[in-house]
Amino acid sequence: MLDELSLPFVSSAENVFSTMLNLQVQVGQPAEVPVVRESAHDVSGIIAMSGDIEGTVALRFPADTAVRVASLFAGVEIDASTPDFADAVGELANMVVGGAKAKFKGKNISISCPSIIVGQNHLVVGSRDAVCVNIPCECECGSFAVDVLLNERSAQQFGLRPRIAA
Amino acid sequence: MKILLVDDSRTIRNVQKGVLGQLGYTDIEEACDGLDALTKVGSVNPDLMLVDWNMPNMDGLTFVKKYRAQGGKAPIMMVTTEAEKNRVIEAIKAGVNNYLIKPFSPDLLSQRIKETLEKTKAA
Repeated sequence: MLDELSLPFVSSAENVFSTMLNLQVQVGQPAEVPVVRESAHDVSGIIAMSGDIEGTVALRFPADTAVRVASLFAGVEIDASTPDFADAVGELANMVVGGAKAKFKGKNISISCPSIIVGQNHLVVGSRDAVCVNIPCECECGSFAVDVLLNERSAQQFGLRPRIAA
Repeated sequence: MKILLVDDSRTIRNVQKGVLGQLGYTDIEEACDGLDALTKVGSVNPDLMLVDWNMPNMDGLTFVKKYRAQGGKAPIMMVTTEAEKNRVIEAIKAGVNNYLIKPFSPDLLSQRIKETLEKTKAA
């Protein structure tokens, strides 16, 4: 059931990184993680999903990986403090989530424009009744992750139940 | 040949400009969303437009509908992450001439641009 949710994001991330960045992605084992936790990453490109599946998807990077990936995408060195950096990270998130949503056959899903968070060790807080699935990834530029956070109703479609925090 | 790129991502517009430059097209104008495009399209009078779907302020589909409703005839290629068949049909019905799903390779973008221009020339 976890595969049914994670595979569209895995194959979309592989496709986006290989097509736009010429990078191969090695994907680790997707796992459910607590919805409230300190992120191991410094940069998040976040897209909201609505419709038949509701939640958010975040493409998360350590700062140095994000700078390398964004620079590769833009074709020039990009500094993390510039608008171009956020633009590149946001567009990558947009393509990963857009590609994944088309793979959920028969589901009508809309996606938002991306939001970008830049901040060392920022805290990720999902609602208590949400489910978060972490997909760890690795490429030549470093490690990153795709985190899929679904509300309870959407999570149930994949046989996932919220782990209510104490 | 004047080309208008409509996408909220500057990175994507730069990638597109690079490919267009390789094809010999350098007269390029940019708009960051549908509303910006609607404001500029009259004065730019483009021979081709590459339009994203999901953008703030005004999405690409709304822009295409408004542009066509005003009698705009320039060929439009939608370049978007919206990959579902029903979305493609919706875009074609709105007046889009060709469709390219992101992510795209430079070769595929180049091929679709040529295709769009040839199709329009033949029509």
